[in-house]
Amino acid sequence: MASLWEYANPRKFIATSDRVMPWVGAAALVSLAIGLIWGFFFTPEDYRQGASVKIIYLHVPAALMAINAWLMMLVASLIWIIRRHHVSALAARAAAPVGAVMTVIALVTGALWGQPIWGTWWVWDPRLTSFLILFLFYLGYIALWSAIEDGDTAADLTSVLCLVGSVFALLSRYAVLFWNQGLHQGASLSLDKEENVADVFYLPLLVCIAGFVLLFVALVLMRTQTEIRARRMRALLARERML
Amino acid sequence: MIPLLIRDLRLAVRAGGGFGLGLAFFLIVIVLVPFAVGPRADLHRAIAPGILWLGALLACLLSLDRIFALDYEDGSLDLLATAPLPLEALTCIKALAHWLTTSLPLVLAAPVLGVLMNLPASGYVPLILSLALGTPALSVIGTFGAALTVGVRRGGLLMSLLVLPLYVPTLIFGAEAARRGAEGLSYSTPLMMLAGITCGTIALLPFASAAVVRVNLR
Repeated sequence: MASLWEYANPRKFIATSDRVMPWVGAAALVSLAIGLIWGFFFTPEDYRQGASVKIIYLHVPAALMAINAWLMMLVASLIWIIRRHHVSALAARAAAPVGAVMTVIALVTGALWGQPIWGTWWVWDPRLTSFLILFLFYLGYIALWSAIEDGDTAADLTSVLCLVGSVFALLSRYAVLFWNQGLHQGASLSLDKEENVADVFYLPLLVCIAGFVLLFVALVLMRTQTEIRARRMRALLARERML
Repeated sequence: MIPLLIRDLRLAVRAGGGFGLGLAFFLIVIVLVPFAVGPRADLHRAIAPGILWLGALLACLLSLDRIFALDYEDGSLDLLATAPLPLEALTCIKALAHWLTTSLPLVLAAPVLGVLMNLPASGYVPLILSLALGTPALSVIGTFGAALTVGVRRGGLLMSLLVLPLYVPTLIFGAEAARRGAEGLSYSTPLMMLAGITCGTIALLPFASAAVVRVNLR
């Protein structure tokens, strides 16, 4: 019976991801192109924010993926700790820089939008502050991976860091809410229909989010393959030195 | 457990000079702040609780790599790991020893340095309370960071990068309690949150620290 755990076999993972990756990559490019062109050129300008509202098509998907990348790393770390599948640990490692870049995109686009609208590049608002802290967590996670040479030790240590870090990231989120009141608006997307952005902005935004998700999947697949091949190469080199 | 605690305390006091280091660092930070922000007493009064908390936190951070590094280098950590004492208890004792030798002196010194910073009279009790309640969390979290980086050569900087984001909630609630106290407001809410964080970290983090030590000794 086919099960998800078959992909824990690196060979099977590479074969399948090789087949899937071009399609995911192409779908990411197409949906990003459609979403961004639709969003930038074919939606009306906001009556108060003008054209600057259009940065939402980069800001919101990037922020969404910044958090989801950490969640994916958390799940992959748990799988590594519980079932010891190397592909899972390497996927967590591969996702970290992508998530960090998503965090930077969210912070930078937010600053660019905040300058004309709020009149400042940066405020110590709960959402902004939590994102900065999330970025620090990404940095620490990446640094720990690269500081330790032995692959399995590094995977174990970073997995524990990811678990502990997740708890502390959540704790910081609520601590920061206690510490300062916000300037940032409410959720752009929520199950509560009243809170959502207007429909004209909503549809292209959904397309952009789909594009970012697909882009994230494609990048993580690609980087995981690279990690697997790098590890295989190191093993081959080590074997050659032995002979 | 008690002999181990006594051994750690003795080592901290007698060997390596780690004992007074955090205290001296705390003093120097507080002395340097007025040079950096200018000699305005009202400004000092406003930033005193935050600066005292930040100074205590950094002084605590400075001494963290001593928790495991020396024992790891001379091999006594391997012996301790094979002892009948579980590693979870070992990490608890290490955190307790760190708290007694580094954080407790900081808590006691903070009111003296508060005088230097023009801390208002209403601020002393909340400052000592919040530091006394918050520094155990700093020690326990720091023990986790030290355990993570014990196998890394010259891992001090890496450890700071890992530990500082974990310190954020403790710092927020601790400094908030001290600030509210200094301004004469009610400070029981942040103090209770701080106590909650301390209790939670003491209850849970030793397991993570022990798991990490086990991986590093493999």
